[in-house]
Amino acid sequence: MKNKEIGIKICMGTGGIAAGGTQVMEAFTEHLRSSGIEASVEKRCSMHRVGCRGLCAKDVLVDILIDGDKTTYQYITSEMVPRIVKEHLIEGAPIEEWTVGEDYHNFHRKQVKVVLSDCGNIDPEDINAYIAVGGYEATKAAVKSMTPEEVIDIIKKSGLRGRGGAGFPTGLKWEICNKIQSDHKYIICNADEGDPGAFMDRSVIEGNPHAVIEGMIIGAYSIGAAGGYVYIRAEYPLAVERLKIALRQARENNFLGNKILGRGFLNFDIKIKLGAGAFVCGEETALIASIEGRRGMPRAKPPFPVYSGLWGKPTVINNVETLANIPYIMRKGAGWFSSYGTEKSKGTKVFALTGKVKNSGLIEVPMGIPLREIIYDIGGGIEGEKALKAVQTGGPSGGCIPADMIDIKMDYESLAQAGSIVGSGGMIVLDEDDCMVNVAKYFLQFTQAESCGKCVPCRIGTKRLLEILDKITKGQGTEDDLKLLEKLGSDIKSASLCGLGQTAPNPILSTLKYFRQEYEAHLEGRCPAKVCRDLLTYSVIEKFCTGCGACKRVCPAGAVTGEKKKPHTIDSSLCIKCGACFDVCKFKAVAKE
Amino acid sequence: MIKVLIDGKAGAVKEGATVLEAARMLNIPIPTLCHHPKLSPFGGCRLCIVEIKGIPRPVTSCTTPVTEGMEVTTSTPALEDLRKTVLELILSDHPNDCMLCERAGDCTLQELAYFYDVKENRFAGERRIYEKKDGNPFIERDMEKCILCGRCVNACEEIQGVSAIDFAYRGFKSKICPPYEHDLNCEFCGQCVAVCPTGALTGKGWSHKGRQKDIKEVDTTCPYCGTGCGITLHVKRNEVVRVTSKESGWNEGWLCAKGRFGYSFIGSPERLRTPLIKEAAGGFREASWDEALEYAAKRLKEIKEKHGPDSIGGLSSARCTNEDNYLFQKFMRAAIGTNNVDHCARL
Repeated sequence: MKNKEIGIKICMGTGGIAAGGTQVMEAFTEHLRSSGIEASVEKRCSMHRVGCRGLCAKDVLVDILIDGDKTTYQYITSEMVPRIVKEHLIEGAPIEEWTVGEDYHNFHRKQVKVVLSDCGNIDPEDINAYIAVGGYEATKAAVKSMTPEEVIDIIKKSGLRGRGGAGFPTGLKWEICNKIQSDHKYIICNADEGDPGAFMDRSVIEGNPHAVIEGMIIGAYSIGAAGGYVYIRAEYPLAVERLKIALRQARENNFLGNKILGRGFLNFDIKIKLGAGAFVCGEETALIASIEGRRGMPRAKPPFPVYSGLWGKPTVINNVETLANIPYIMRKGAGWFSSYGTEKSKGTKVFALTGKVKNSGLIEVPMGIPLREIIYDIGGGIEGEKALKAVQTGGPSGGCIPADMIDIKMDYESLAQAGSIVGSGGMIVLDEDDCMVNVAKYFLQFTQAESCGKCVPCRIGTKRLLEILDKITKGQGTEDDLKLLEKLGSDIKSASLCGLGQTAPNPILSTLKYFRQEYEAHLEGRCPAKVCRDLLTYSVIEKFCTGCGACKRVCPAGAVTGEKKKPHTIDSSLCIKCGACFDVCKFKAVAKE
Repeated sequence: MIKVLIDGKAGAVKEGATVLEAARMLNIPIPTLCHHPKLSPFGGCRLCIVEIKGIPRPVTSCTTPVTEGMEVTTSTPALEDLRKTVLELILSDHPNDCMLCERAGDCTLQELAYFYDVKENRFAGERRIYEKKDGNPFIERDMEKCILCGRCVNACEEIQGVSAIDFAYRGFKSKICPPYEHDLNCEFCGQCVAVCPTGALTGKGWSHKGRQKDIKEVDTTCPYCGTGCGITLHVKRNEVVRVTSKESGWNEGWLCAKGRFGYSFIGSPERLRTPLIKEAAGGFREASWDEALEYAAKRLKEIKEKHGPDSIGGLSSARCTNEDNYLFQKFMRAAIGTNNVDHCARL
């Protein structure tokens, strides 16, 4: 192993750290030193923390690079490190049984990584790592040799649309702001990612914060902003920390501050504003109110923030992913970017693939990719080989795409037509064990609790929708309730003030559209997926019951009785339907109906 | 001026005017609960939605500025249907005890429920129940009747500059309250009471003194200070039971705590009915005006002769008119002969 260049990359996004990434890194540091390997290879082994590379389920992921040859290990813990150091680094023999399998490669094969291209590859806490892969080249090119209008022209030609959900053309937004005369302008990065199950923006900031900062600098140059804010959730401590480090490094390198890159006229700096956990603050006017120190409550548009935003000044608000695309578009060209995607939806989109799919994680795919490829090729299919029922996209504002529409193309227009949205990129896979009424109820509970309370349809309307859904899941619903859900849902969409209320009924309306028979089954007192507690009965199947007593011990209500080694019985009048007996029984002797 | 066409009626409004303002100028009624002409637009109640040609979804007329050539429709079956849904939703979370409410007959929500014929409620469900009563001395805050229109919050911030109340909590549990839900402890100007469109905010002294239909209104000027705000006394059986102020007055309907809530002295049995003269032995005795004035003149003369005019000082009241105050200083300077005269507003 003499004269070999050895590199070690350890996944240390939130997922990696949760799986023990810090300990793995410490173990490598320790064993590299104690093994004396650096002396034996006569080179310094370089070790880097890197951001999320998507397949969080297999963390901690570790790349070993020997003269550029990459081996990736999965599920690594600190106890496994000594053997890797000894056998792989010193003796040169990779440990086959610990390396990633075919599913890891399949997970990445159909992805096209733009925003995520450097995530999981570079050290997010080192600006030089970003610069080494071409970072800040675009800033230099833009600031030194292009006019703001030329930059905007590139973004317009790329066809980039806002990745926060609404899909407004980014170049157009910048152009409008560029043309407004004002003493002050602002650019805000919206990192208030609040959808349940969504972690795209967090991972991008954790994995490559400089790309977001560079996007903001180029945006600020284009529109003429001197002030920038990143509005980020306080619940993302790692992302905040890495952002702070990155901002400091960018200032030290004169990419931020006064006279950027020696250009006398160019002053721009970025502040971090921590969100206090209100979902509605992702809505741009509420976000502005929050930065201004007021309650995060949306206001009516117009005027749009681009005309009158933060402190009444023209303000561009872009999502994290949108901004992270900018440096790559500037470096590789509008034509390169627009070669991905569909006619109206260009480029790639990052999705947080979660739910009942084998490979859950963070993925980036070209716009317009069929949903089937995401679920079965990238995601590796459904867990336990169960039947796919639906895919929920767009989080609480989105809808459910039924399994028979799985060939739908994932782009703004196709999803909207199907009654869902791309949204910020949440994607939850549901299988035969998921009750669609319950899924709708889950999302509505979220939006109802997160409504700011300002407008009537959202504040009271979503509460009433939830009450009706609750009635249905308890088997007390009627056919009239379904009609009322549809009527009230559509009225809330029409009459609500902001995007939260205007989209809150989507999970109900789309499941009613595609899964009405499930709602109807609930009216008859059945939950086909056996999820809704009030509609279930538990009983013992005598011929399977060995009388082991496990169910009796676990029952919190004392509903199970029976002598040892004789079939037990469940008293349905005492049963609280918690399902503990069903889960504990090793003999499948408890029936759930 | 910007041209606009509302329900087929043409009009011209100033730049920056909202669709609602334009409609009111053209005498076209649009229902609202959260809008108040003196406060910035809120857009929360959603009743003032209208259709505008070229805009796919209904928009709130109170927040939408008129643009040149805009064509607006204020009433269609779809709009009225949406309005009725919104009203029903509000009423589904309202005590609906108009029979006992101070504001019955003087309540915008009640009026709208009547006009939209909200009898059955499709959305009946859980209602907010608040046990805690606000212990402040002046303002009754019945938050179960609150429809969260935000008028009180805006008035407190924009008019009074106090921000004693704001929205708290989220979703259905949203509520308007002082910090930490303490009892209200503010200036008690009562601007919030003045702008509340329902019975959520009333004067504590109003309770069971008579509702608006039985009231005789008497317009007058507040006697408390030289500002001279226009006030309206609400009189029932020859008793002042409430004081309000009209938006059309020069003080635009805004008052202070004294003007709005300090009216109990009018009918107070402790009020002086005759002058009182302090006796040498202590205590006061009732006197006629002639006797009292003669006594005061005599004593002033005596003091002036014995100790000189500068031994006397005069302090006048802000509750007097300008003319009275002028006369008073004239009296002190010309009749007494001293410059020792001042006014309580300087203290």
